[in-house]
Amino acid sequence: MEICKRKDYIEISELDPFLAELLRQIPASTNADGTSAAEKRLFSAPTNGEEAEFCAEWKVYVEPELRRLFETATETVAADLEQLNGNEKSLANRTLRIPSKHSDAWLCALNQARLVIVAKNDFSENELGDHLRSPIGSRRDLSLFQINFYGFLQEFILRDFG
Amino acid sequence: MFELKASYVSLFAMSREPRRDLGCLAQSEQAEETTQVLDEKAGSVTTAEPIEETLSEEDLDVPWQVVVHNDPVNLMSYVTMVFQRVFGYARDKAEKHMLEVHHNGRSILWAGMREPAELYVQQLHGYLLLATLEKAV
Repeated sequence: MEICKRKDYIEISELDPFLAELLRQIPASTNADGTSAAEKRLFSAPTNGEEAEFCAEWKVYVEPELRRLFETATETVAADLEQLNGNEKSLANRTLRIPSKHSDAWLCALNQARLVIVAKNDFSENELGDHLRSPIGSRRDLSLFQINFYGFLQEFILRDFG
Repeated sequence: MFELKASYVSLFAMSREPRRDLGCLAQSEQAEETTQVLDEKAGSVTTAEPIEETLSEEDLDVPWQVVVHNDPVNLMSYVTMVFQRVFGYARDKAEKHMLEVHHNGRSILWAGMREPAELYVQQLHGYLLLATLEKAV
């Protein structure tokens, strides 16, 4: 995989089918699927358990706005990812271009995906710090690899467009 | 369309608005205003009733703190960027707060009146940071 900044976009080229599939998984990975821990992390409480009335109002008035913000970002990313759905041979390497004006949407969607995956798998801080674990050991290892890969992309976007 | 409560503005609007010292504003508004009025017919100067501005409990109830809590998932560079964007902090100051969150588990990013504090927390949640509104002890 090669990643470089062009004038108005980031180009990720030589994407092998495995990494291309991980990228395609971003929108689906942002879905909390009703998992309570993931929902709780995406929509965290505005206080430390105090002020029940304020927290209830927050749920009614603020959460829907946040939900729309997150969904819009995911939709933008999903549209960009359609570049990976060409008619090329399935094992061919692909290229993805992320427009600079979509950088905030990508940061948001990647962040959502990472937070949801961590919440669903209940990863410990030690596991999250293990950047060398192979992705082929188990589904859990693959999820950890996914988190690190998405984090790497976030770093790159932040460096160039943050 | 969903109707938003009036007190909540759109996400990220705060970062574009110039900030003012709301604490000082509250103090000046609390002062009773006494106005001297010239009564021409009577040829005398009378003292008008003090004008009292009513402020809500929340307005007087300062300061509130915007606290950001540690999260092992969010990238340090991302958190720094968010602090710069939301609070308009210089990179050095944003990094100082980010490191405080990282090492101490939390950092107080802003203190002041309740309403702007709520809006800051809302913005931070928009960036998926763990942020809470707390009353200063």
